[in-house]
Amino acid sequence: MNTIFIFLGICIFMCIYRIVKGPTPADRSVAIDILGLVIIVYCVFYSLITGIDFYMNIAIAWSIIGFVSSLTLAKFLEGRKFDD
Amino acid sequence: MIEILGWFLIFNGLCFIFFGCLGLVRMPDIYCRLQTATKCVTFGAGSILFGTFLISGFSSIGLKSILCLIFLFLNSPTASHALAYGAFFSGVKPVEKTEIEEDFLKDA
Repeated sequence: MNTIFIFLGICIFMCIYRIVKGPTPADRSVAIDILGLVIIVYCVFYSLITGIDFYMNIAIAWSIIGFVSSLTLAKFLEGRKFDD
Repeated sequence: MIEILGWFLIFNGLCFIFFGCLGLVRMPDIYCRLQTATKCVTFGAGSILFGTFLISGFSSIGLKSILCLIFLFLNSPTASHALAYGAFFSGVKPVEKTEIEEDFLKDA
């Protein structure tokens, strides 16, 4: 079972590599979005294996907050003021 | 039988997530990265969630994974569209290999 967690760890490291190296801020915001998705999968796996269904709540909350953060980052990328 | 299908979907989703993240690393341009990453990882996470639903049936974990699947399929495309829109209007030029007709880039 922990091979799956190591496998997801490799995916997380790839996202972190893109966050560190990303030339434009748009790359970094994409990598943050994908990092959130990998963490959702991590939570789902943990709840599947241990049988505790609380981690699924974390996955659902993370997907919503990740969506809002992606939208805010995209709005910030455009550089316009937030009022229009 | 259903559990075998569920575990097959889970491993299938894992491969999609790995290749999505690999695309995030190796793609030359923000728009290619955006496309590979969000499409593959969303599909991978979706199949993992459906796999957990198949495995755990209509228990609390399964129904929550279906709810997370619905949220994921609603959220992720719109988020990636907003990111592409923001990246385009923040003046990120696509890599030279992409052919674009001239007037497309005038408003960036």
